[in-house]
Amino acid sequence: MSENFKELRLAAVSRHFANPSGQRVAALHELSLTIKRGEFICLLGPSGCGKTTALNCIAGLLPVSGGTISLDDYRIDLLPPEKRGFGMVFQNYALFPHMTVRKNVAFGLLMRGTPKDEIAQRVARAFKLVQLTGHEDKLPGQLSGGQQQRVAIARAIVIEPPLLLMDEPLSNLDAKLRLEMRAEIRRIHKELGRTTLYVTHDQDEALSLADRIVVMKDGLVQQVAAPEEVYTQPSNLHVARFMGYRNVLELGIAGEANGKISLEGSGLKLHGTPKQSITGKAFAATRPEDISIGTTGPNVLEGRVVNSEYGGRDSLIDVIVGNDVLLHARTTDRPQPGDTVKLTVSPDRVLVYSGEGA
Amino acid sequence: MSAVAARWRPDLGVLLVAPAAIFVVLFFVYPFAYGFWLSFTPAEGGWLANYEKFFSDSHLWRTLIITFQLSLPVTILNVALALPIAFQLRRKTRYQRFVTTLLVVPITLGTVLIAEGMLTYFGPRGWLSQFLQLLHIYDGPIRLTHNFIGVVISLVISGFPFAFLLILSYVTGIDPTLARAAATLGAGPWAQFRHIYLPLLAPGLAITFCLAFVQAFSVFPSAVLVGAPSGPTRVISLAAYEAAFEQYDYSMASTVAMIMGFAQLVVVIIVLASRNAFYRGPVTGAKG
Repeated sequence: MSENFKELRLAAVSRHFANPSGQRVAALHELSLTIKRGEFICLLGPSGCGKTTALNCIAGLLPVSGGTISLDDYRIDLLPPEKRGFGMVFQNYALFPHMTVRKNVAFGLLMRGTPKDEIAQRVARAFKLVQLTGHEDKLPGQLSGGQQQRVAIARAIVIEPPLLLMDEPLSNLDAKLRLEMRAEIRRIHKELGRTTLYVTHDQDEALSLADRIVVMKDGLVQQVAAPEEVYTQPSNLHVARFMGYRNVLELGIAGEANGKISLEGSGLKLHGTPKQSITGKAFAATRPEDISIGTTGPNVLEGRVVNSEYGGRDSLIDVIVGNDVLLHARTTDRPQPGDTVKLTVSPDRVLVYSGEGA
Repeated sequence: MSAVAARWRPDLGVLLVAPAAIFVVLFFVYPFAYGFWLSFTPAEGGWLANYEKFFSDSHLWRTLIITFQLSLPVTILNVALALPIAFQLRRKTRYQRFVTTLLVVPITLGTVLIAEGMLTYFGPRGWLSQFLQLLHIYDGPIRLTHNFIGVVISLVISGFPFAFLLILSYVTGIDPTLARAAATLGAGPWAQFRHIYLPLLAPGLAITFCLAFVQAFSVFPSAVLVGAPSGPTRVISLAAYEAAFEQYDYSMASTVAMIMGFAQLVVVIIVLASRNAFYRGPVTGAKG
């Protein structure tokens, strides 16, 4: 398959499973997405949201139940995986345990009938790229987790696939290695200019890697946007919760003016920014990081600290405000449990949604 | 380690091993050693007289050849048949359970019952013969029992399920993600089998071959019941039986048994040694 394609188009791609009681369940419901060449796309969502299903459908490891996948004008959703030729990095690496690392990396080229000396060259280049030169003749079992991970990446990129698929490739690594490999993956993506589709449940990973993030839940796409937009302007309450808007308050509507909305209830008054047209219930979502101790702005809430968790650079404090409403806030001050504090949050950072749905 | 813990205490592990060890000594080591000694104390002649007789009397040494001619092809056939079927059934389905159950049945039957069934089904006036002649598919005489073929069929019926179950357990132990990874790298179904499954299965196939071979080599009831025990299927265990219970020459019988055991050992050693040529580590792609 050509690596000089313009775009990969998913049109209403669905995948149904029969659950044990025989009902058809949509693991993936009408995913439509256009990926441009060179883009780094993250599918982000909790486990069971359909992100891995989507990846397997694109790789050809699962047949689609509906919709089409095409590379430019060429339809590929009926091709077997070996004909699509997308490189894939598996969560458990799936390195061939009986082959040396060199043979693992050369496997894809061997299957393509690449001439021997060209295989040697390209494999050597791949090893250099993932910085594993010198380990070529070891068996996968003799490498550390991080090294195995890099072999898996080398094996997938050496075939120069039009699209590189990664299924939670860092979830088996420890925190430090995860950070290193994250930078590594980004570097490799930049260096090769490859199109990458990356599946993860870790929003930090998605934010730091992706050009665009596809947030999913229950087989449905919730939001497709650049990392900054997903982070600061989640399109619905579900995305907000997933992106760390831990304070979600159900309040009544007191008034709306100039694109702002004022809410009240539970002994609180709060000004926020509506993200959806609000009918009936209103949910105000805000991040602990956006709440600070102070009295500036229209939103000032007085409350009692009930818990304080030291986190190094700052502390996470739990504060009871209004009628028994618990708020989480991050602050560099060190209030102690029992202290009374005044909290403030900008109305721009109080996002108001109409409910859980899209 | 503290001084108290370092002091000698009776090892309870020895007690746990003891019953099995005593059993092995009483019922395997002692009879084997006794038979070994017995084979060198012939009724007449020097201490090697029995062995000389075995390898000079064509009535005796031919049994060794016949047994190899029977057991080697049967073992290869059983393993070769079981491998593709087990491979096709590697995914856990209801179908897999059904076929597995179906195939376990012959194991429980025992060779005598299988022979009985074969005589009714494959015999000259058996169902198969009558059916083929009724439909005029084949009108000639059908001889599938009381000859070499009869014993081969019997050994496949009793040996195949065994090989199948063993190989199935090896196949299902291989992480299917490996084949999926190979597929994304351009390997079609055959290449996946050839480059991923087969090398990872090789050590298991060697073990299966050994066990199936030993089973086939010691064929006795079916060689008599559905074979031609006076000629084409006069296997080595028959020679041992005749020496022991028709000529009452226990020394000669022991000699035949020793030769039989040695022949099996040679094959097993060759096959197991060839196993070293293959990778024998874990068969999953996860870090380990």
